[in-house]
Amino acid sequence: MAQLICRNVAVGYGSKVVLHNIDFEVHAGNYICIAGENGSGKTTLMKTILGLQKPLKGEIHLGDGLHANEIGYLPQQTVLQKDFPASVLEIVLSGFQGTCGIRPFYTRKEKKRAQKALQEVGMDRFSRNCYRELSGGQQQRVLLARALCATKKMMVLDEPVSGLDPKASADMYRTIYRLNRQYGITILMISHDLDLTKRYATHILRVGVPSIHAVKTGGEL
Amino acid sequence: MGMLLDKMILYFHYPFVRYALIVGVLIAFCSSLLGVTLVLKRFSFIGDGLSHVAFGAMAVAAVFQMTNEMPLVLCITVACAVLLLRTGQGSRIRGDAAIAMVSVGALAVGYLLMNVFSSSANVSGDVCTTLFGSTSILTLTLTEVWLSMILSLCIVIVFVFLYHKIFAVTFDESFAKATGIKVELYHFLIAVLIAVVIVLAMNLVGSLLISALVVFPALSAMRVCRSFFSVTICASVVSVVCAIAGILVSILAGTPVGATIVAIQIIVFFLFYGIGSIWKG
Repeated sequence: MAQLICRNVAVGYGSKVVLHNIDFEVHAGNYICIAGENGSGKTTLMKTILGLQKPLKGEIHLGDGLHANEIGYLPQQTVLQKDFPASVLEIVLSGFQGTCGIRPFYTRKEKKRAQKALQEVGMDRFSRNCYRELSGGQQQRVLLARALCATKKMMVLDEPVSGLDPKASADMYRTIYRLNRQYGITILMISHDLDLTKRYATHILRVGVPSIHAVKTGGEL
Repeated sequence: MGMLLDKMILYFHYPFVRYALIVGVLIAFCSSLLGVTLVLKRFSFIGDGLSHVAFGAMAVAAVFQMTNEMPLVLCITVACAVLLLRTGQGSRIRGDAAIAMVSVGALAVGYLLMNVFSSSANVSGDVCTTLFGSTSILTLTLTEVWLSMILSLCIVIVFVFLYHKIFAVTFDESFAKATGIKVELYHFLIAVLIAVVIVLAMNLVGSLLISALVVFPALSAMRVCRSFFSVTICASVVSVVCAIAGILVSILAGTPVGATIVAIQIIVFFLFYGIGSIWKG
């Protein structure tokens, strides 16, 4: 049973279709890279998968016990966040908001998991630090830890290395790959960096006109 | 010094001074709580726009010669808050333009109504009071005091209960939405809370100066604090201290309450700005 199934989906804004005829399935443990030119609708597709906007056509199903609030998301950073006074721990803990319903506080277990998530991304020493004083790479790691708190199953990453230097990017890719291998977390990622992604991804989803094909990397189709 | 103290004690025998201090502190506390979210979400202008709407509503209430205008003003302001937030999301008139339109419109209509229909001999005095709140905090009735207390309490309870949700929505809307938080609902809630705070704060500082009450404490706190929690706490402490200081100074020196509070806020802001710059090195 697939975790995510897109059937004949079309995405876009308003009545303008950006991408159509999207057909693919994502299975547990897959590492899928969405590649395509700027403006080809990668982010729109991703937002539609996450339920931030409705598909213009077709259907998107979640399966294999995956619920909509169990997808970890790493969005692109906004201008607003650059100057946001928040501690690293506060941000990582907010990853639990989707699952804690109307409970107004975090449990001890959640706090422990947040620390663990920070450990996974190598940021545990920074939990009391101020987010806006971290480097770009460190900020991305914090947001990755937050996504990790929100999910045990699937992570959706929107250009996780944009604006990072080569070393920080390589570190980031390695961390994501380790999460994928070690915990079997499904990865769905937008990236420009085809060389690096080919090394890690099990599938590459090429986005562009007129439709989408999933290509399996490394051997058999 | 002893004379000042005696004067103070004398003033505190009057119930209206005590009311003013209680309501002032509550208003300052509530507005600073919401101010943090408003500033961080770049919603400051909505607060400003709504305060002008509240002025317009006040004028309407004055025309109908209502004895207790607070409920009417509250309804109109809340309705406008919801409307403004709606227009911000993908309608034909962009958010900032819509706010400018509504706020100036309300101001003009309000002044017009007050001029045309006013039964009072001193129209410009009335207008001035509504805009700058010169003495209205000292003329609160017991009902108004209770109403203010209950509304403030509601705001604080809602804020504390939803604190983490508000943080999540403020910091990252799309992440919050993706994990299933009903972002629109919280925006709506924030808008309603702002509207309530503004109507309350009109008594203290008048409708033109409300934004200062909302924005300054948050901005001051953001200069020196490094987590959302500490910013929230610091902002409310700053706001309450400034409000108390402002009210006391204005009673002793006979200055207008609202303007005095805001002047103290400005001084505190630059103080914190300096401290923040020194800390950063």
